[in-house]
Amino acid sequence: MIEIHDLHKYFGTLHVLKGIDLNVEKGEVLSVIGASGSGKSTLLYCINGLEPVQQGRVVVDGTDVHAKGTDINKLRQRLGMVFQQWNSFPHLTALENVALAPKIVKGKSKAEAREIAAQQLRHVGLGEKLAVYPSALSGGQQQRLAIARALAMEPEYMLFDEATSALDPELVGEVLETMRMLAEEGMTMICVTHEMGFARDVSDRVAFFHQGVMEEIGPPEQIFSNAQSEHTRKFLANVR
Amino acid sequence: MFDYNFHWRPVMKSLPDLLDAAFLTLQVAVLAMVLGIIIGLCLALIRMHMKGPIRWLASCWVELARNTPALFQLFFFGFGLGAFGLHLSPYMIVLAGLTFNCAGYLAENFRGGFNAVPDTQLRASRSLGMTAWQAYTRIVIPQVFRIVYHPITNQMVWAVLMSSLGMLVGFRELSGETQFFASRTFRIFEYFAVTAVIYYVIVKLILIASRLLATRLFRY
Ligand SMILES: Nc1ncnc2c1ncn2[C@@H]1O[C@H](COP(=O)(O)OP(=O)(O)OP(=O)(O)O)[C@@H](O)[C@H]1O
Ligand SMILES: [Mg+2]
Repeated sequence: MIEIHDLHKYFGTLHVLKGIDLNVEKGEVLSVIGASGSGKSTLLYCINGLEPVQQGRVVVDGTDVHAKGTDINKLRQRLGMVFQQWNSFPHLTALENVALAPKIVKGKSKAEAREIAAQQLRHVGLGEKLAVYPSALSGGQQQRLAIARALAMEPEYMLFDEATSALDPELVGEVLETMRMLAEEGMTMICVTHEMGFARDVSDRVAFFHQGVMEEIGPPEQIFSNAQSEHTRKFLANVR
Repeated sequence: MFDYNFHWRPVMKSLPDLLDAAFLTLQVAVLAMVLGIIIGLCLALIRMHMKGPIRWLASCWVELARNTPALFQLFFFGFGLGAFGLHLSPYMIVLAGLTFNCAGYLAENFRGGFNAVPDTQLRASRSLGMTAWQAYTRIVIPQVFRIVYHPITNQMVWAVLMSSLGMLVGFRELSGETQFFASRTFRIFEYFAVTAVIYYVIVKLILIASRLLATRLFRY
């Protein structure tokens, strides 16, 4: 379970997250929506410790992410992350991209790591592309590669930061399809997204962020048809 | 109008000595490059990540190496240190001078290389649980290395050619050796012509080797 208590984040004097309280249960799929600059990406970065926080706590399965004694590299193995810009490692083949972290972070043998990698790549539909370098993959394929790479660490949670925003429209579907598959398999996911269809169909809950505040959270039916907050209604009217 | 008689025999007789000297040239250039790459990488990292006097020192190194004549840099390690009572052998003078120069130039190349690798590569690596060291050595530096590969090759060529300055501090590398024979036999043109060919062949071999290595190293 991910527990976020009274989380505040500043960039210099800019107050980006203004006291977030949020729990995400095992098996849940949470979508996070909101205008650009409302702090959605920052929230994800604070959850896996890529950004330090100034106040409040993030606790993952009982471990405080930002506490001094926390082995952050170990904790990050529980938290897979997929970024907006597909960050495949250009100097490694698809298989090597996925096999590297299991080998050097988890200490798996080379053969074992490659086996895991091949399996994850097949899982996301890239079974034919094991020996290919990322430059020869489409954006959608590279993003699925990034998903496989995160999954190969066998994380408990997956954090998606607008995984489809940088893709050409015709490639969005295949990535959403992969995310949908993960959700059906029971993966716990926090998905920052602009894909309202995905948020509505796949998530258990939807959270709306506005200027660093979580204005509203609830099941998709409530957020999309019966939003309580004026800001939420305005935002949804604009994106649709 | 042109009554110089070419005599190639003396040159041909000392060819084995010249080739030995050529080997010395190559050796000092390669050593200077290896040290220069290691130090240049450190200088680049210091200038990007550190503050205070150590950063200032690194910047001075880069500035001096790039903006003063290579010959003066050699003289510094020869006569400059000599004036303070520290006498290096000719070999060490040339090695130190070349290393100083190569490290300075390569530091700038490395800095450009690091800037060309997006931050997001580091973030993605760390998000997988890699330590900063792992992320740098496995993900960032291999990409930097590819970007600076051609500049490194050029610098290697430059190091070979620059080592000829060694003859001015009494080092009998290829140029020094040539000068030695030339002044003894007065067949100055013949000696330097042959030596020029040897330099040319060395440089060509470096370029060919570099190209072959690149096709093996960089498949992407
Ligand atoms: N490294 C940083 N340094 C300074 N300010 C930052 C940094 N990262 C983000 N910000 C600022 O923090 C605010 C929140 O940014 P964040 O990226 O979390 O927004 P977002 O909701 O993800 O927006 P988008 O939909 O555009 O991705 C923005 O005003 C942004 O300019
Ligand atoms: Mg964002």
